[in-house]
Amino acid sequence: MQFHADDFNALPAAPVEQMEALAPAPPLWRVLLADVRAVVALVVVVLLVFSAFAGPFLWSQDPARQWLSQVSSGPTTARTVAVVEDNPQWQGALVQAGQLMSVSATTTSVKLAWPAVAGAAGYRVYRAEAGEGAGLGVPLAQIEHPWYDDRLQLRERAYRYTVVPEGENELSRRATITLTPALTIGRFEAQLLDLPVHNGEVVLPAHPLGTDSLGRDMLSRVIHGARTSMLVGLTAPLLFITLGAFYGAAAGLIGGWVDNTLMRIADFVVALPFLLFMILFRVAMGIESGESGLFPMVLAMVLLSWPGAARLVRGQVLQLRGSAFVLSARMAGASNLYLIRRHLLPNVLPLLLVSLSFAIPQAIFTEALLSFIGMGVVPPTPSWGSLCNEGIRSMLTHPHELIVPAVAISIAVLAFNVLGDALSDAMDVQIRRGAQ
Amino acid sequence: MIAYILKRLAYGAITIWFIATATFFSMHAVPGDPFNEAKAASPQLRQNLMARYGLDKPVTEQYLIYLRNMLRGDFGISFTQENRQVNDIIREHFPVSAILGVAALLIAATGGIIGGAVAAHWHNRSPDRAMMIAVVLAISVPSFVIAALAQMAIVRANDWLSFPLLPVAGWGGISHVWVPALVLGLGTMAYLARLMRSSMLAVMQSDYVLTARAKGLSDWQIFRKHQLRNAMLPVVTELGPTIAAITTGGFVVELIFAIPGLGRYFVQAIQQLDYTVIMGTTVFYGAFLVLMVVLIDIAYGLIDPRIRLHGDGR
Repeated sequence: MQFHADDFNALPAAPVEQMEALAPAPPLWRVLLADVRAVVALVVVVLLVFSAFAGPFLWSQDPARQWLSQVSSGPTTARTVAVVEDNPQWQGALVQAGQLMSVSATTTSVKLAWPAVAGAAGYRVYRAEAGEGAGLGVPLAQIEHPWYDDRLQLRERAYRYTVVPEGENELSRRATITLTPALTIGRFEAQLLDLPVHNGEVVLPAHPLGTDSLGRDMLSRVIHGARTSMLVGLTAPLLFITLGAFYGAAAGLIGGWVDNTLMRIADFVVALPFLLFMILFRVAMGIESGESGLFPMVLAMVLLSWPGAARLVRGQVLQLRGSAFVLSARMAGASNLYLIRRHLLPNVLPLLLVSLSFAIPQAIFTEALLSFIGMGVVPPTPSWGSLCNEGIRSMLTHPHELIVPAVAISIAVLAFNVLGDALSDAMDVQIRRGAQ
Repeated sequence: MIAYILKRLAYGAITIWFIATATFFSMHAVPGDPFNEAKAASPQLRQNLMARYGLDKPVTEQYLIYLRNMLRGDFGISFTQENRQVNDIIREHFPVSAILGVAALLIAATGGIIGGAVAAHWHNRSPDRAMMIAVVLAISVPSFVIAALAQMAIVRANDWLSFPLLPVAGWGGISHVWVPALVLGLGTMAYLARLMRSSMLAVMQSDYVLTARAKGLSDWQIFRKHQLRNAMLPVVTELGPTIAAITTGGFVVELIFAIPGLGRYFVQAIQQLDYTVIMGTTVFYGAFLVLMVVLIDIAYGLIDPRIRLHGDGR
């Protein structure tokens, strides 16, 4: 082999990319904060948890309070409405000429009057919701006098009234009127709700997301539902991942036949059909249908879900035990405690964080599913699942009662999933950097 | 190979025994007994009922009788329905759930594999982005909401067409299967599509695809023979756990679409505290799921010799 004088010159500096590759991996949080979707997801998660715990203080409406005059209403703002007598007597009004007209229209009573039709034996009055096709609607009454006072569950929406005079060609002689009653509140309801009356008027609070089919404020119900859902969704995964981590660490550290037995047990628990046993545990704990079982639900989730984390931690422990750096640390005289603190925990914690962020949406889903089929939280306690269950009954007429809690679940699950994705991507970056 | 199959089957049998035992003892932990004052009018009647169902014997003896009956395939008599065998209930309602589940699985597997392959083929372009958004939505929206929205959509479509295009609920003809099966399979489809996409992306960068391209195969041939087939392998393994998801997801879909399947029956039995039906269906479902996983393990061992040589298959 022949040497040339150039061989002894200094090499050109390494390109910048190589230098970067050799730099130590940046900390996890910095990789995470550089990722836009991670930041957005993190903000949403923080807001959700915050609103679940502080929400009832910010939006102080009682989720169980029924606004009977505003059942299934859409979003409303705060407003002042008149208080009226509950059973006002109306002697009727006579209309000499003209057409079907409303004397007054409030949600307490709609008073209609029309000119008498010659030769009519009587009149039939029908009411339809204005959006509901061209039919006559619900038959309200069959009367002899030419006026009618409707008090049948009036809401603040457009109605179409049809008056049909009985006799020949009755349908061609019908008269219709479309009107929207003004919201009023009966004296009895005002007393019942304990609303202060000033000059015959009361102030009704806003319902930004409308009300449900029992007249309860949706926003307040969703916030209180978030408390239940977040409570189950956060505590159960935290508990079973902690349990699984200790179990897996014990199996991996002790090793031998203990490890074998412990992991075999984990295999059997994995094989149990999850949802079936969730329901079975609930029955076994003596919770009858119609009772809320928040604690049994968390307990069953913990008992059934720990093996994933256990396998993960055990795998890491086994891998680390055989690794060169742990061996050399041990040779240098490192204690077990030091090894666990310095090598085991930093390697296992990020992995556990990722599985936690995927376990949380799963738990929220499970809670919602169980509450939906009536096997979890039941009314009157609100949870997102039970809100959906209530909302599905009126989904054709008032879809917002289903959509509001459904959107809440979806946003929460989406945020946690995206956060989990971003976390595991960030860890991939770290691992790649670390390996080079 | 035979040793591998036997080992898998043995583990499966032990798991089923474990499920049966866990079910038995958790049902026995239920406070009170099924025949309280509400159901049995007099102490004598209650005694007779307890004797008839063998509830007056010690727990260990009951457990042995239960295991023996289960081995014979006899799950007992329903507590709430006069003279109805749990076996009859399973025989009558399980086929409905099975048809729904198989249809959902087929839709999910086909849709997932095609969707994932399409997304990977146009990686980081609009089909990929659209697919990923659809996947995220399908994973984030609960199945019962999707089911309800689907029902609402059918109602609106039928109204708009002014003739019934699809039935809203119920069970009978083939037209009843499509929508519930699609709803049931949607989550799985999204999951499989995601899996297929990443597996396909890995395959596309492999050396053998480069070789195939170098020797002049057409894009279609490379896609069909080299990429699709190899990328499908990890997706096939995931079908086992998927069956479990589809079976239990069936509860809700059967409830919402009023389909007389075993899942809906199970939920009803829980509400009525019908002990034998609860135990029978739990063990039946558990055994079914374990059997499916074992069968898929064996099938996978047949396809891929590496797994069987390493013994454990995990």
